[in-house]
Amino acid sequence: MSDLLTFHFDVDGDDFTSAGQASVQIKKNLRQLGISPDTIRRVSIAMYEGEINMVIHAGGGEADVSVSEDQVIIVLKDQGPGIPNIEQAMQEGFSTAPDAIRSLGFGAGMGLPNMKRYTDFMNIESEVGKGTTITMKVNI
Amino acid sequence: MKISMIKELLEADIVCGEENLGNHVYSACGSDMMSDVLAFVKDQAVLLTGLVNSQVIRTAEMMDMVCVVLVRSKLPTPEMIELAKESGIVLLSSKKRMYDACGILYTNGLVGNKLRS
Ligand SMILES: Nc1ncnc2c1ncn2[C@@H]1O[C@H](COP(=O)(O)OP(=O)(O)OP(=O)(O)O)[C@@H](O)[C@H]1O
Ligand SMILES: [Mg+2]
Repeated sequence: MSDLLTFHFDVDGDDFTSAGQASVQIKKNLRQLGISPDTIRRVSIAMYEGEINMVIHAGGGEADVSVSEDQVIIVLKDQGPGIPNIEQAMQEGFSTAPDAIRSLGFGAGMGLPNMKRYTDFMNIESEVGKGTTITMKVNI
Repeated sequence: MKISMIKELLEADIVCGEENLGNHVYSACGSDMMSDVLAFVKDQAVLLTGLVNSQVIRTAEMMDMVCVVLVRSKLPTPEMIELAKESGIVLLSSKKRMYDACGILYTNGLVGNKLRS
């Protein structure tokens, strides 16, 4: 077993402009580790979508990323409103984002489907009123 | 297509990234919805958008895109310029509207790209 590298980020829910910084940092870290560009792109896009979701739907949260020899694991955890119907939320085009968010370029209802598409494993745990935890894995 | 060619065809102004005008792009995407952009995998692509905020550049960075064109004479925010400089993305601003800008690049040989299955 090789060493497990872990990274932790607090994702600020009040700052749309800086949203995505954790994903940018992970992208840099993975580059330094010499991971293939295609894998890095998949990890960054999936994490970025999740990070934006935490900012626009959940008031922020936490991101934990661990890198082992054969896998990148991303865990995004928030104490937001939760997702009442996960199956519906996973459908392309489904979004509850208000017009204000749409005018910022988000709310196409493509984020969760993209996260699923770019990762090898994705699990959503969510409880209404408590929050959401999304776990994603990308094989290296 | 070279980025310098895109600049010429769209009669665009260079905001930053002049040193990378010689780089090539092989595909293009035009959208104001960032998750639509993120749904397509492309190599060395250009993003055309009428949206102006820092997430436009972050999206391009996540996708390893090399050029962003702001259509309809939109002016970038200072944060956008800063982020584009950091990641070496060429940032252009064109008077053309989205439909026209995409059409011009398309008819000059820069096609879109396939949805990832
Ligand atoms: N962390 C979260 N907390 C609460 N609700 C969420 C969270 N993430 C997603 N959702 C819900 O699931 C819906 C679908 O999410 P998805 O990311 O696919 O689309 P979107 O964020 O609305 O738009 P896009 O991602 O295309 O910008 C959201 O509109 C929202 O209702
Ligand atoms: Mg989303």
